[in-house]
Amino acid sequence: MKTYLPSRFMVERDKDRCIRCQVCVNQCSFDAHYYDCDDDTIRAREDNCVGCHRCVSFCPTNALNVRQNPLEYKSNFNWTSQAIEDITKQAETGGVLLTGMGNDKDYRIYWDHLVLNASQVTNPSIDPLREPMELATYLGRKPNEVEVDSDGKLKTKLAPQVRIEIPVMFSAMSYGAVSLNVHKSLARAATQMGTMWNTGEGGLHPDLYQYGQNTTVQTASGRFGVHAGYLSAGRIVEIKIGQGAKPGIGGHLPGEKVSAEVSRTRMIPEGTDALSPAPHHDIYSIEDLAQLVYAMKEATNYTKPISVKIAAVHNAAAIASGMVRAGADIVVLDGLRGSTGAAPKVIRDNVGIPIELALAAVDTRLRQEGIRNQASIVVAGGIRNSGDVAKAIALGADAVYIATSALIALGCHVCQQCHTGKCAWGLCTTDLALTKRINPDIGARRLSNLLRSWSHELKDILGAMGLNALESLRGNRLHLRGIGLTDKELEILGVKMAGS
Amino acid sequence: MAKVYLNPDVCIGCGLCSVYCTVEHSGTKDIIKTFNSQPERPQSRVRIEREGINAFSIQCRHCQEPWCVYSCLTGAMSKSAANNTVEYAANKCVGCWSCVMVCPNGVLARDVSTHQIAKCDLCPGRDVPACVANCPNEALTLMTDDGKIINGFSEDMVVENIVID
Repeated sequence: MKTYLPSRFMVERDKDRCIRCQVCVNQCSFDAHYYDCDDDTIRAREDNCVGCHRCVSFCPTNALNVRQNPLEYKSNFNWTSQAIEDITKQAETGGVLLTGMGNDKDYRIYWDHLVLNASQVTNPSIDPLREPMELATYLGRKPNEVEVDSDGKLKTKLAPQVRIEIPVMFSAMSYGAVSLNVHKSLARAATQMGTMWNTGEGGLHPDLYQYGQNTTVQTASGRFGVHAGYLSAGRIVEIKIGQGAKPGIGGHLPGEKVSAEVSRTRMIPEGTDALSPAPHHDIYSIEDLAQLVYAMKEATNYTKPISVKIAAVHNAAAIASGMVRAGADIVVLDGLRGSTGAAPKVIRDNVGIPIELALAAVDTRLRQEGIRNQASIVVAGGIRNSGDVAKAIALGADAVYIATSALIALGCHVCQQCHTGKCAWGLCTTDLALTKRINPDIGARRLSNLLRSWSHELKDILGAMGLNALESLRGNRLHLRGIGLTDKELEILGVKMAGS
Repeated sequence: MAKVYLNPDVCIGCGLCSVYCTVEHSGTKDIIKTFNSQPERPQSRVRIEREGINAFSIQCRHCQEPWCVYSCLTGAMSKSAANNTVEYAANKCVGCWSCVMVCPNGVLARDVSTHQIAKCDLCPGRDVPACVANCPNEALTLMTDDGKIINGFSEDMVVENIVID
């Protein structure tokens, strides 16, 4: 069928600068560039360009630029170019529109409507270059009270706690969705920086067991790669119920991506589709969840915190309360803008609630019920910088998860082609010719640098507020003020309007 | 002995090593002039092979048993006593191409424009050869005379304060 879809991007090539070295040709995994030997020139197949900028970054003479195709439809608030092109694609394929990454719609980003406080005159700010600042965070269930004996020693037996040096962890991305080299980069950076990375639902490659102390092992509805050794290898066990990009939707790793290594790690036959069911078929209630949580605690001999991850949905607060009562030591909320390797576009763009509101609602509810101490709260989905981290902590989070930010640190340009498995940056693919593009030595360095800069910035933020420990900011919403928000939004966020 | 090594696990076959080799051995050392303004550009000393998922670049291995030296009719190819590298004296070369025939690695190339041999000289005048310095995935590394391994970006410093203009 002839397609009626226009090219989404235009490739601009400066003929004076192009030296016909063909680096763009060999770096484009979507075949958007080709060398014409008759004319000794490089040309573009613009229909194939996805705007990932691999060629632009690698062109040694800066001869390339990629722009959105300026082709304009008759302006219409209802029938936007995206609405028109989505329908055209469906008319031409009859399929569910698939996409990658997180929600790209212009839902309100509440982080950008929250501002932080600083000390002036009446209380001193602290210079983080001259005074110690504490970012360490302990994840896990805290007791209702602690008893100390006469020597000052703790008498209360604490539930397992995990210390992280910066309240930023790498969120779940499975081996299969991302490549082994990405896992290696994440694991090494987490180990180096004293934080956690997360296996996602795809098992842990044998090469990575050495990073177990900094690994969160995930078990989800497909139970891929889960065995006794896997559970005991990690420091935290995470039960994934839902994912922010696709709440209520299962996973599907196509058989082509299930290579020999992936098959061994996932414990499924090579070349078979790895289907994660939409629900856990043994969890239809909070009581069922408690059974799995305690099965995990038994399996790990009560030595590891058990984390439960849900997508932020309308009743997140009530569900989170149930999760804590079911024994979850860590509650993970993944918001509307959480990313994915592949999801139906209609789900990604329309299901779930913003993480800021979910976090505020859950923290408030757990406090009201007097059980906030029984679980740590970790939030995920669209955390872009250390300012977002500080605001999340002030809203009540113990730590945050980042995944898109981590991928961007590794080279991702958020072109949203993860579901094609052809990632030109070598991230979201299992094609061995492409996965080589991530050198774990460089990847670990880039990720560590990102965490290092965020931890410096967090210390700057804390110091400006006159705080010397992240613990003093946690859940301290008086350090936040809202801008441009309605009374109801301010009420849900539990934040005062700026100026009041 | 200084030598360039490749980690084939992370060689992405981009060919930038070859591009920058040509630039380094050109008169201008300007990349656009080298390729677009000069009638003839120097032959790259780097050979690149790509097949399926595999890619690698290779240049003179400075062999312990240098067949090119043994086969050279005029003494243009020689093993340096000082640093054990294989060196090429263009002024002695008569262009018989015997060395090209015997090189087990296929890394000696005919530079047809000059009728001389294009062979890796480890970029005299540079601390790090151009191919290593410009390898974007740090697949190429240089082992120096004293056994130090460096890549093009190992001078990267972690800066505490990034200045944004």
